[in-house]
Amino acid sequence: MGRGGSRAAPAAAMPPWHALPDEVWEHAFSFLPAASDRGAAAGACRSWLRAERRSRRRLSVANCYAASPQDAVERFPAVRAAEVKGKPHFADFGLVPPAWGAAAAPWVAAAADGWPLLEELSFKRMVVTDECLEMIAASFRNFQVLRLVSCEGFSTAGLAAIAAGCRNLRELDLQENEIEDCSIHWLSLFPESFTSLVTLNFSCLEGDVNINVLERLVTRCRNLKTLKLNNSIPLDKLASLLHKAPQIVELGTGRFSADYHPNLFEKLEAAFAGDGLAVSVSHLHKFHLNIETVNFQVMDLIEDHGLAVVASSCNKLQELRVFPSDPFDAAGQVSLTERGLVDVSASCPMLESVLYFCRRMTNEALIAIAKNRPNFTCFRLCIIEPHTPDYITHQPLDAGFSAIVESCKGLTRLSVSGLLTDHVFKSIGAHADRLEMLSIAFAGNSDLGLHYILSGCKSLKKLEIRDCPFGDKPLLANAAKLETMRSLWMSSCSLTLGACRQLARKMPRLSVEVMNDPERACPLDSLADETLIDKLYVYRTIAGPRSDTPACVQIV
Amino acid sequence: MAGAEVDVGTELRLGLPGGGAEAAKAAKRGFEETIDLKLKLPTAGMEEAAAVKQEPAVEKAKRPAEAAATDAEKPPAPKAQAVGWPPVRSYRRNVMSVQSVKNKKEEEPEKQQPATNASSNSSAFVKVSMDGAPYLRKVDLNMYNSYKDLSIALKKMFSTFTTGNNMNDGKLVDPVSGADVVTTYEDKDGDWMLVGDVPWEMFVESCKRLRIMKSSEAIGLAPRTKDKCKNKS
Repeated sequence: MGRGGSRAAPAAAMPPWHALPDEVWEHAFSFLPAASDRGAAAGACRSWLRAERRSRRRLSVANCYAASPQDAVERFPAVRAAEVKGKPHFADFGLVPPAWGAAAAPWVAAAADGWPLLEELSFKRMVVTDECLEMIAASFRNFQVLRLVSCEGFSTAGLAAIAAGCRNLRELDLQENEIEDCSIHWLSLFPESFTSLVTLNFSCLEGDVNINVLERLVTRCRNLKTLKLNNSIPLDKLASLLHKAPQIVELGTGRFSADYHPNLFEKLEAAFAGDGLAVSVSHLHKFHLNIETVNFQVMDLIEDHGLAVVASSCNKLQELRVFPSDPFDAAGQVSLTERGLVDVSASCPMLESVLYFCRRMTNEALIAIAKNRPNFTCFRLCIIEPHTPDYITHQPLDAGFSAIVESCKGLTRLSVSGLLTDHVFKSIGAHADRLEMLSIAFAGNSDLGLHYILSGCKSLKKLEIRDCPFGDKPLLANAAKLETMRSLWMSSCSLTLGACRQLARKMPRLSVEVMNDPERACPLDSLADETLIDKLYVYRTIAGPRSDTPACVQIV
Repeated sequence: MAGAEVDVGTELRLGLPGGGAEAAKAAKRGFEETIDLKLKLPTAGMEEAAAVKQEPAVEKAKRPAEAAATDAEKPPAPKAQAVGWPPVRSYRRNVMSVQSVKNKKEEEPEKQQPATNASSNSSAFVKVSMDGAPYLRKVDLNMYNSYKDLSIALKKMFSTFTTGNNMNDGKLVDPVSGADVVTTYEDKDGDWMLVGDVPWEMFVESCKRLRIMKSSEAIGLAPRTKDKCKNKS
């Protein structure tokens, strides 16, 4: 800048930086990768707003109904990578009615129109049709990355369109989608001249894949680093595949239980001995761990003694997920308890993210875990039986979870479970300053619990609650808070229709959606204020009420 | 009720299902009733939760609130589950049964595929215990077409508990004594029978649980010749 010395006369003075052309600011903003920083810069003045939005390359729309696709394309015309998320998280567990919404089609259409240079597109929890995929393949000549997470609505026919049409595809990453099998050999539609693949993940695909086609594909894609297969590939074929494609550094074998393949790792190790290949095998309970293991996903069949081995051998572990093998078996044959989590938290200094399903817990264990690992950023504990107290003292687990939020100052995501009173929410509200996402189920005793959360938790963005005795008062008293958040989900609580109507009236920039049992197509207008509602989803939006709601969803 | 205070989560099932079964069943029934209550309507949840504040032990709090309402109507059988709880995605829930189908496809491609679509909608999970094994397993009988298929699956499942590579004629042996084992099952009437006597379909319908026990202990069950044993278990 350096013009400080020669200022013009004060009366007519403009700050020197207004004279700088937009390109300079655009270049400056390119050093701000975080969207929140760019957003803050854009808010400073009109010229920065103009420069920032015109140069924005990556756009993340965390709620597809917060803004319209046209708004997004108009405001940020130079976007090359877009991510759009749709349904609320609880849709994963069947709580959101089918046909609720979150269609990707309007986004694909707007992008095809306004972002012809788009290179990356990512959808999460949205309905993506084969037509969408065909449009993607046809509209973006330099399309490189397609990531679909927890989506549905498409089939292998759509994948075939992508394979055939996207000449420069680098990444095809399909995570946990529901994909209909149309018996199309989509893999064989990648042309022989196609060699650009770096990541291929089709682990969620149910159907079979032609192993010869796959072999030819991985052999000619010399830059292929990550390959995640589904479990249709037999073990012996896997070994020969790896031999032909030594460039692969990360291999996933899909939803595979080494339960029935006790020699899985021995066989794979024999296949690529010493090449430093990282293998991720889900649902492993007999395991052969690499001390380099960073993410570990396993079923509770690993039990405490298995986790003790993980604890002692994987000191680079960053993320651990332990799922229940038999979620509905009350007797709990499997010996996975609080012990396993305590051990891992004690011995893995880099552990920062945990998802742990178990059947018993104590405050003492949670306090120890909190003390061991103040660096947690994500702590999700699911004690399978609702309202389960500390199994030794029979006390609520308030003290334990309070210790977690007091100790883990960087905690951004928390799921609580077990027997909990309003007290724990007081702690969370007061201490969890960085918390962005909170999941609560079968907890609390009164409105106070919700009030503590909504009046505290400075950084809260997403709040999802089910089966808690929270009512109208804290919701209405903290209405303004909801506009600072991305969304709120409340189901099977004690909310009345009247409160929802009041909230909608009071806060015009919130969309207040009430959902009923899909079998019951009951017009809300006819119901009295006192009617208890089943599901509430509130989110801030600049797009006004959406027009694609099914019959069981009504915007109040 | 007696079992209500038992913390079922800590109940490790070691050893034989025979003797312990009654106590376990009673404990379970009490537990199931408690679950049913918890998972009722949200308004009921409020009362329960409020009651809980005074009495931390959840089981205690349930009784005054629910005594009148629930004792008559409660069937002991399948427990009510809250929708979407525990929060596990549906594809993960099915992983155990899906695996057994996939693994059969993989390991023995020349064998007949198990009946899929017809019975895939209904599952027939039964517990399998093996004497000396530290924990029980479960199998879905609908995944198999014949006694032979089941026997192979059981062999695989418990193979870690057998001694040596090649067991007697491919049969399981008791891990401690090395003696022959037989597979028995408890039928709908509560009787323990030797596996293999009735047609497969009838077996699947009437089998409630399986137990692999030492041959020497299988006295008093339906008598069979030695040859039959060799062929079927």
